Amino acid sequence: MTQWNFQELHETPSQTGGPYVHIGLLPKQANIEVFEQNFGNQLVQEKTLGERIRLEGRVFDGLGLPLRDVLIEIWQADANGVYPSDADIQDQSADPNFLGWGRTGADFQTGFWSFNTIKPGAVPGRKGTTQAPHIALIIFARGINMGLNTRVYFDDEPQANADDPVLNTIEWATRRQTLIAKRLERDGEVVYQFDIHIQGDNETVFLDI
Amino acid sequence: MSKLILGAYAQRNTDDHPPAYTPGYKTSVLRSPKNALISIAETLTEVTSPRFSDEHFGPKDNDLILNYAKEGLPIGERIVVHGYVRDQFGRPVKNALLEVWQANASGRYRHPNDQYIGAMDPNFGGCGRMMTDANGYFVFRTIKPGPYPWRNRINEWRPAHIHFSLLADGWAQRLISQFYFQGDTLIDSCPIIKTIPSEEQRRALIAQEDKSNFLEADSRCYRFDITLRGRRATYFENELT
Repeated sequence: MTQWNFQELHETPSQTGGPYVHIGLLPKQANIEVFEQNFGNQLVQEKTLGERIRLEGRVFDGLGLPLRDVLIEIWQADANGVYPSDADIQDQSADPNFLGWGRTGADFQTGFWSFNTIKPGAVPGRKGTTQAPHIALIIFARGINMGLNTRVYFDDEPQANADDPVLNTIEWATRRQTLIAKRLERDGEVVYQFDIHIQGDNETVFLDI
Repeated sequence: MSKLILGAYAQRNTDDHPPAYTPGYKTSVLRSPKNALISIAETLTEVTSPRFSDEHFGPKDNDLILNYAKEGLPIGERIVVHGYVRDQFGRPVKNALLEVWQANASGRYRHPNDQYIGAMDPNFGGCGRMMTDANGYFVFRTIKPGPYPWRNRINEWRPAHIHFSLLADGWAQRLISQFYFQGDTLIDSCPIIKTIPSEEQRRALIAQEDKSNFLEADSRCYRFDITLRGRRATYFENELT
């Protein structure tokens, strides 16, 4: 028998973020002032290009109760569909006034979370396809052993969503709607509501990316 | 050779990680999906990630001994923790954001929801952050955290541990975990560690005593290396875009 000695490193195993995840990732929410510049849920700067939107919702457990200790991050392209990342291989420069990433914690009492951001442009998909505008989202919390990945799409992009290669990967077509945020206007502000159901009825689609 | 073209990240090996539903860790029962995850072919969304620059960071961000000290030094064991972040193919992961958080020497967290009787330390905050350098190296200084009790079963105790978070080159590498300290007898009885299926992977979360890097009359040292998912190179069709 041939013995192969191929040495493979294994990814460091995940563990839960635990109930005090805020201490390290959102110290101000734990009333800790250590850093001069804190990360947060405001992705919009004065000069950022694009339509301002607010993304908000809650995360529910298997009993339908909101998680009040959940931490959420989003990652998205700029208004032209370009990622502010070295790994974006489109021949366009990204909006210099856009980090593309933000982090927030649900309110300790109500469980509501939100981001102020811009609506992303469409990003190329694989093999020359085009993806519908979307925001990548990950949740970490006590009881969650590995961060749960999902995507947020927009209900005012019905044609783009119908053609989206990732949505069309979901063979149970009835589950696709769990990834589509609902647009409304509140006091002149555009708001997209996106509730996440971890378990049970209307369970949100989670992705292995 | 022409320029290296990178393809997708290697598939995550789910056998190397805890499953979502782990009834011995009770909170996971109502916080785990019933449906299987849906695996997707990666796109630009999954292989890109934000970049942070040095201007985001202050001089004591990686010094948990001093970054919250008000009237004096925090109480506890002085330790330095260092190591390398690499991808699964052995390449250094440069300029990755590493964030850490932990309890104080009593096993008490500076968090509004922690009511454990272990004493607070007015000079210890418990969070820090840093970027890996061009070799994937990181170093921070802290007080060794104490073990603490929690309600899973009623007399459950966590081993001493430090939580950590990595944000590196690709969104697909996003990782949060915890590391432990060599020789802690609580490691063998912890239901959170036991969610990891294999003994080898459980061992991968144990920082090792690094005696030759102790600082005389000052600090002990632990070595802890981290492995992230890696990207394959593309020599034929590039289907990523």
